[in-house]
Amino acid sequence: MSLLEIKNLSVQFGRKDAPFNAVEGLDLTVNEGELVGIVGESGSGKSVTMMAMMGLLEGQGRIVADKLSFDGKDLLTISARERRKIVGKDIAMIFQDPMTSLNPSYTVGYQIMEVLKVHQGLRGAALKARALELMQMVEIPAAESRLSAYPHQLSGGMSQRVVIAMAIACKPKLLIADEPTTALDVTIQAQIMELLVSLQKSQNMALIMITHDLAVIAEVAQRVAVMYAGQVVEMGAVPGLFRQPVHPYTEALLSSIPEHSKGASRLSTLPGIVPGQYDRPAGCLLSPRCPYVQPNCRQDRPALSPHGEGAYRCHYPLLNKETAR
Amino acid sequence: MFTFILRRLGLLIPTFFGITLLTFGLIRMIPGDPVEVMMGERSLDPQMHAEALHRLGLDKPLYAQYFDYLSNLARGDLGQSLVTRENVWAEFTTLFPATLELALCAMLFASVVGLLAGVLAAIKRGSLFDHGVMGISLTGFSMPIFWWGLVLIMFFSVSLGWTPVSGRLDLMFDIPPDTGFMLIDAWRAEAADPEYNAGAFKDALMHLILPSIVLGTIPLAVIARMTRSSMLEVMQEDYVRTARAKGLSPARVIFVHTLRNALIPVLTVMGLQVGVLMGGAVLTETIFSWPGIGKWLIDAIGRRDYPVVQNGILIVATLVILTNFIVDILYGIANPRIRHAK
Repeated sequence: MSLLEIKNLSVQFGRKDAPFNAVEGLDLTVNEGELVGIVGESGSGKSVTMMAMMGLLEGQGRIVADKLSFDGKDLLTISARERRKIVGKDIAMIFQDPMTSLNPSYTVGYQIMEVLKVHQGLRGAALKARALELMQMVEIPAAESRLSAYPHQLSGGMSQRVVIAMAIACKPKLLIADEPTTALDVTIQAQIMELLVSLQKSQNMALIMITHDLAVIAEVAQRVAVMYAGQVVEMGAVPGLFRQPVHPYTEALLSSIPEHSKGASRLSTLPGIVPGQYDRPAGCLLSPRCPYVQPNCRQDRPALSPHGEGAYRCHYPLLNKETAR
Repeated sequence: MFTFILRRLGLLIPTFFGITLLTFGLIRMIPGDPVEVMMGERSLDPQMHAEALHRLGLDKPLYAQYFDYLSNLARGDLGQSLVTRENVWAEFTTLFPATLELALCAMLFASVVGLLAGVLAAIKRGSLFDHGVMGISLTGFSMPIFWWGLVLIMFFSVSLGWTPVSGRLDLMFDIPPDTGFMLIDAWRAEAADPEYNAGAFKDALMHLILPSIVLGTIPLAVIARMTRSSMLEVMQEDYVRTARAKGLSPARVIFVHTLRNALIPVLTVMGLQVGVLMGGAVLTETIFSWPGIGKWLIDAIGRRDYPVVQNGILIVATLVILTNFIVDILYGIANPRIRHAK
């Protein structure tokens, strides 16, 4: 049985009669201990999906799904109180900007211990010992003295380590890392990624890694979902998906990696931006930007078709074609 | 934290000088002098007028008078009232508890109601309650104090007869002013002699209600609006989302993670309201015949009682500065980023 199973999830914002689908018909499964990557441009609905699943949208978005279950529990029908027992304990999330993700008014130690108090009922010396242990697990030097530090006294990399310590405090079954390195220096990025991957292995957590960094995903993930404009456009095992992308969008993402444009005078790009609320095309969402677009792409929205272990959403998949890198 | 306090203290010195210069200058800009007011303009003999002014040291050039004033201050001498011949400091300490009692009750009323209304309005943003609170607080903020006071007296005291019209205590009570705080004195007197002083505490309380509401209305409006907007701002912060992602209860998210940070600007505003309270006390005390500092100063200005006006205002201003100073320190405690700033 999968740890996380999402079937046909849609998240709508705005007025009921003219809703905007930030996420539309999304399917995703994550197995225990598995590392799944989610990639896609900004605005493709990666974060919203995860926030919806954790119940963090707070009445701003309407969530509709055929199935949304975690560890055998139905997250759609569960009460808010029951959900809070899962969120922060069995599902934890790491956010993009560590400098703003920690409360400036409380010490690092307090914020880590808060999770342990609420979910595990730890008190006194055991509480402090566990917090210290967590700080050491995320490789924070001088962990003991750092417990009483305030977030503004830490660097971005250190803050992100604290956020990670907080997230893994209750040994979650699923950790969601939402672009955990975007706000950090390049030198720190690799360290944080390495830490996350090693923790995932040692704690045997499932990890959903949302990122723009395709190279990291290719290296560490078992499966990857490519999202575009609120839909999963291609899904497959790694490295198959990277070797032989089937969807034109995946292909375009891969060819925009600088290493793949060696020798070319210009970096390969996909012109245009992700369609927003008012310019969603009627047909395939990629049709205005797709280099292989055909007339019927502009009218009919393609459904998800299975392909090997994964799936794709395209009328004219690049099945028998050499990839145009 | 220590250097933080030292730096703040250093800023007090120029402020203090500014106040002495202002009070000294402003009272002398008002036409007339103490002798003229006491004797009456018409019957005043110029010879006697000059002699009286000379006796009071008011015939010296202004800079010399200012210098005298400062050197007296430096010796801790706040002078005597020209009218009552009483020591200014003694008069102040006698009257101040009445004002302090009123101001504290007004601030308590404003803070409790203001914070509660602000937090609830922010949580229920866009609801009828939210619009109601904001509308009422805007009305409260815009209302002239003297008019509002008179309306409340008309309604609650005259029409309904629920509260007394003015003063601190009914004349039938004779309470020794031990602490100067009528609530405490009345309570103690009633405890000491329950039969003779029956109902003294309740009477003192009833006398306090309307003035406190009148004086607290503007701070209440400011605090409620500030709390609401500050809460709304902090609720958008990433760390509040983090708190919710930790699976904390909504109450914990609001009161521990949001309110604590939202309070920082509210605290500053509350400190600034102390100045507003002192200004408001002048009007409120006049309307309710409340024997406090505000009424004392108004009377002194009318009599051109220079030492009382100069030093009374100086004391009040010092209190306002000190309160803001304390607020600054509290602010440093509430916000570690400020405490550690170099």
